[in-house]
Amino acid sequence: MHTVPPPLTTYYSAVPTKMDSTQTFQVLNRGPGHAARLVFFVVLSFLLMFVDTRYRYLESSRSALSMLVSPIQRLATLPNSLWQQASDFFVTQSSLLDENNALRLQREKDAAQLIQSQSLLQENQQLRLLLALQQHTPFASQFAEIVYAERDIFKRKVLINKGSYSDIQPGQVVMDDKGIVGQITRVYPWLSEVTLITEKDHAVPVQVLRSGLRSVAFGAGDTSQLSLRYMPVSTDIQNGDVLITSGIDGLYPPGIPVAKVEKIERDAAYPFAQIICLPLGGVDKHKQLLVLSAMPRLPERPAADPAPATGKTKVKKAEVH
Amino acid sequence: MPYLDKAQPEILRPVSNLFIITSIVVALFLNGLPWEGLWLMLRPDFVAVVMLYWCTHKPLRVGIGMSWMVGMLADVADASLFGQHALSYTVLAFGGVVLSRRIRMFDLREQTTQVSLILLLTYATYALVHWQVNGHVAWIYFLGCLTSTLLWAPMSTLMQSMRQTRVDRE
Repeated sequence: MHTVPPPLTTYYSAVPTKMDSTQTFQVLNRGPGHAARLVFFVVLSFLLMFVDTRYRYLESSRSALSMLVSPIQRLATLPNSLWQQASDFFVTQSSLLDENNALRLQREKDAAQLIQSQSLLQENQQLRLLLALQQHTPFASQFAEIVYAERDIFKRKVLINKGSYSDIQPGQVVMDDKGIVGQITRVYPWLSEVTLITEKDHAVPVQVLRSGLRSVAFGAGDTSQLSLRYMPVSTDIQNGDVLITSGIDGLYPPGIPVAKVEKIERDAAYPFAQIICLPLGGVDKHKQLLVLSAMPRLPERPAADPAPATGKTKVKKAEVH
Repeated sequence: MPYLDKAQPEILRPVSNLFIITSIVVALFLNGLPWEGLWLMLRPDFVAVVMLYWCTHKPLRVGIGMSWMVGMLADVADASLFGQHALSYTVLAFGGVVLSRRIRMFDLREQTTQVSLILLLTYATYALVHWQVNGHVAWIYFLGCLTSTLLWAPMSTLMQSMRQTRVDRE
């Protein structure tokens, strides 16, 4: 093709005289130079980052911009979901029958346990009534699917397909059938962002199921592990212990499995034991998740240094109750 | 390869805005594909490479401001800190615009060495912000810089040929 000489008009545009004159005009009209622009946009970016880390003013503009980007993202996840639909379609009958049988067995097993747990629940309510303790409220849940995993290797986050239009609020807890997966940290109109419990420094208040010991599980960040920090060397914890949510923070409902203790290092040189746990929920595995509805608000934390008069009235109120 | 041989001048059709926007949207799409695990670490930053291409080849049309705006979109898409991608793409565009004449003079091999420095600076900016905010640096992140650099040659060849064939068709 290149041997054929191009038409004269195309040559003309490459001839320097006309092109250069327009370019110089543009150069003259361009206003601030590159360095000035660089400084301006760098300062603007720093300002935005500062505002975004310190305050939460920019969430509305973020969700407005997400309207522009989300069609592209939906399109990008389309091949994957199409592939899955196609493979669902070509599933063989025998594998379906096998799965059906396994599910039926599982259901029968679960039904027996469910009946037992219902009677226990009844009994527990009765006992709590007798002891005048606050009742455990059952939590409602919403079904959601992971749209895509976060494409930033620094972070452990996923986006799910329910947003503020489905009454999702930041702080709600996300779990799967095995245990806690994460927590909703940011809500868009049709999407919301779930921070996984393995995110660096993400904390979950937990309790050891066997001994009732309370602690806080932190995410390790770069690996799919959790760790218990600041536990004394002599603490009563063993390999294989199951950690459940303690529910004392008012965010996580109590009694949901979180992790299993994998490795304990008790080194006398350090004051604390190093405890590594693996999450029980399929933190990086499953596609379907449950979003739990928000917990009822806990009573306000009492002031740090109450005046003596209010202290007395509180005592009186407590006696009245 | 006509692009390697700088002796004969290239005749490229003036680029339409639609072509620029489409290329950026396609780059955002490629960044948005469900990359996971090792592939995510090896994933080149398509948007950065496309922006660098336009900043070097059309510095009067696509400059620092445009890159900043695309960076904001990338921030929303990646749910990163507002302004983090914007900052790194601003640095990228500055490098691209300043070195644009030099890069257009070079052949692909020399271009790649120049581009690798700009991309390294861009990735370093992003990682630096992350280090300041979150307190740790994932060094494996810089693998993406390497693959982005390797992407430059095929990407710019593809873009040049797309601009060329449009002339041929006329």
